[in-house]
Amino acid sequence: MSFKKKDLIGLKDLSKDEILFILETAEKFKEIGKRDVKKVPTLKGRTVVNLFFEPSTRTRTSFEIAAKRLSADTINFSSSASSTSKGETLIDTIRNIESMSADIFVVRHAFSGSAKFIAENTRTKIINAGDGTNEHPTQALLDLMTIKEHKKTFENLNVSIIGDITHSRVARSNIWAMKKLGINLKLFGPKTMLPVNTDPFGCNVCTNIEEALENTDVIMMLRIQMERQSKTLLPSVKEYAKLFGLNRKKMQMAKKDAIIMHPGPINRGVELASDAADSPKSVILNQVENGVAVRMAVLYLLGIHNGG
Amino acid sequence: MDLLLKGGTIINHDEEAVSDILIKEGKISKIAKNINTESKTETIDCTNLIITPGLIDMHVHFRDPGLEYKEDIFSGCDAAAAGGVTTCFPMANTKPVNDNAFLTLYMIDKAKNYGKTDIFPVGAITKGMKGEELAEMGEMKQAGALAFSDDGLPIVSSEVMRRGLEYASGIGAFIITHSEDLSLVGDGVINEGEISTITGLKGIPSEAEEIMISRDILLSKLTGAHIHIAHVSTKGSVDLIRRAKDKGLNVTCEAAPHHFTFTDEELLNYDTNYKMNPPLRGKEDVEYIKSALKDGTIDIIATDHAPHHPDEKFVEFDKAPNGIIGLQTLVPLTFKLIDDGIIGLKEFVKLTSYKPAKIAGLTDRGEIKEGKIADITIIDTDKTYLYDDKLNKSKAKNSPLLGASLQAIALYTIKRGRIVHKN
Amino acid sequence: MEKEILNKHELDSIITRITFQILEKCKNFENLALIGIKRRGAILADRINEKIQEYKNKKSPVGYLDITLYRDDLTEIADYPELSGTEIEFSVKSKNIILIDDVIFTGRTARAALDAIIDFGRPEKIILTCLIDRGHRELPIQPDFTGKYVPTSIEEKINVKLKELDGMDSVSIEK
Repeated sequence: MSFKKKDLIGLKDLSKDEILFILETAEKFKEIGKRDVKKVPTLKGRTVVNLFFEPSTRTRTSFEIAAKRLSADTINFSSSASSTSKGETLIDTIRNIESMSADIFVVRHAFSGSAKFIAENTRTKIINAGDGTNEHPTQALLDLMTIKEHKKTFENLNVSIIGDITHSRVARSNIWAMKKLGINLKLFGPKTMLPVNTDPFGCNVCTNIEEALENTDVIMMLRIQMERQSKTLLPSVKEYAKLFGLNRKKMQMAKKDAIIMHPGPINRGVELASDAADSPKSVILNQVENGVAVRMAVLYLLGIHNGG
Repeated sequence: MDLLLKGGTIINHDEEAVSDILIKEGKISKIAKNINTESKTETIDCTNLIITPGLIDMHVHFRDPGLEYKEDIFSGCDAAAAGGVTTCFPMANTKPVNDNAFLTLYMIDKAKNYGKTDIFPVGAITKGMKGEELAEMGEMKQAGALAFSDDGLPIVSSEVMRRGLEYASGIGAFIITHSEDLSLVGDGVINEGEISTITGLKGIPSEAEEIMISRDILLSKLTGAHIHIAHVSTKGSVDLIRRAKDKGLNVTCEAAPHHFTFTDEELLNYDTNYKMNPPLRGKEDVEYIKSALKDGTIDIIATDHAPHHPDEKFVEFDKAPNGIIGLQTLVPLTFKLIDDGIIGLKEFVKLTSYKPAKIAGLTDRGEIKEGKIADITIIDTDKTYLYDDKLNKSKAKNSPLLGASLQAIALYTIKRGRIVHKN
Repeated sequence: MEKEILNKHELDSIITRITFQILEKCKNFENLALIGIKRRGAILADRINEKIQEYKNKKSPVGYLDITLYRDDLTEIADYPELSGTEIEFSVKSKNIILIDDVIFTGRTARAALDAIIDFGRPEKIILTCLIDRGHRELPIQPDFTGKYVPTSIEEKINVKLKELDGMDSVSIEK
């Protein structure tokens, strides 16, 4: 098995074998983070540019650590997607930075489809670090890696994703991958945050939290982005916590050994009560740790070859 | 100069026959079998070709004045002539907006001097298309406008729409509506459905169009004014219009070729050339539009030819402007419907010239009859060709069909007896 | 054409000899640790550890090293080398590390392994042990203990077969 693609745009485009191969590669990288010298010389002399057209510290930091552990040089470039004041188009920006001989672009952008658009117009390899509400493949891969560590297998596992499904690239990437891996998926959230047409997801859409949590092995809570949500999607944070949030008591509806996941950063007391976030069932910090390994694996697989 | 069209199949909305046509002084002078003329008369051998009235496109954007980098009246008329279109209705969303007689005249004169296409500029209903105060529709009518529209923007206020309808009908004009509930559209960029779920592109529900069409039909009922609904794209819209027509309301409507050709599945690749407003809809909608063209619920086909500069489309999907150029793909896309057995040749003429002329009150065209002006399109229905940059006469390139192989082409376009384009 | 140069008995006595050499060299047994280079060096490390157990009634800590990420030719090889992962569970700090591989050739693998081990910490000493030395060094690296020196031409191939991986114990030379 190998990985021959030039870019990592989304898990929608990957086969089951490709996904499993990335996960297996990531598992090998995890050990490096535990060493005294947390660095291997693999990508020495390679330049990784974090192109963030939307603010994010967490994902960027994780990619930066991953690239540095592989001895790549990392550069951060931040810009606002909506700013047209400077008059430079996205592709002009890309070609400018490409001309400085970058090897890999890690791209975050506010609009769906942008990572693909960039990849089609540059020779540089692209890793999608989140495009609009489309995909966030490395997040889903680290989620899968964490699930695999705790549950050993994917086949017939019950996973529930709860929150704003419509506007979540994390949910989309997970849904496409989990379907391929034979996971039984349940989705739940306020009706205002579920797509009108969920057929392409091919999973169960629940109508209440009991149904969503019943017999589940993995509970994945999505972040409610209050700053982004218009007031017509949700009456209040308080009500969200009550109806759609997870706490210790509600956790009892799931399987005894169920784990709790969250892509971070957590809104304590909104989607996750502290007694859930800090419970032994929470694997959230484990996810963060695996994030570095997954990103190292992806940088490695795309980065060791020139040209592609 | 005289012109003789020999041996073609003449298609009218109600009959088809093989006959010769003699054109004198810009008018159709004689239709008969085996017309003999002096040997010096220019003759076109139309054997195995079909002859239709010059096509009338009631919905185009020529971007002139103000946005000539996208298109101007000359290039727009070139594209029209190359597509077999002899009469165009350019919309008012120019810069500045065509909301006064001065601009209406400017547009008409520029096209008249060029001589390829008659244009009837569609004046704005409201000043600056702001949806607030009525524009001087009477003066624009005197200058040559036949219809009024704030196309591109819906008139949000029902009161303003009502008064616009009343005033226009009072001066013998009609209103073309761009029916869209903007609050329901929100940040949407494609049809809401399976494809928006898959792509993560924000959706626009069909209801955004249908709600506004309902309102506009009700306002037509209230005022008795003739309302023409632009670019109908959904099943629900067709049903609403059918019901209005059954009740005898003064409602007509149009569909654009892209809405009966493409589904929203084209958006899976995030190609901005497929981004338009109304958005491409689902399969069921497309099939329904086709059946409504067949049964006459949809009165006419109009292209909504919307040119944009290549740089404007070469951006992130959300940032790209809406629109597709359509004048030169009108014939091949509509003939696909004939090939597929959905409409016949007579329906083609009805949808692309006879009915548009009727709706606009243009009695001198829309039919091939002795005494009508000699606006004629000669079509080769079998010819397959590459629609490439060389063939494309528009300044813009925003069509996903550019580079594709197409079938059926306007071989000759004749404007008032003069050949204005030969493919 | 393939010719056997060591049969399973010869192989076993070489491993025994190397084990004695190691134990003799490293008087402070408590400070000893083995690291085998994946894949066959790792198996040899386990075999040597078995022998240590026989004589000392105690095993040494053993680790396995995947040097892929340290290869100096990583960007030139056509296919993606599959990572098998490094497993070193003990601290290498201040240890006497016995670094074990099956064949030493150009010396580049040993170079990569030395870099990798040093990334884990600062050992007191690294002792390089190889089953076969076939010559043609491209770097100034020599093993401390060699099982057998086999002069070869550059085109020849040394095939080390170990029963854990290959079903039999044998070393052969292929022209």
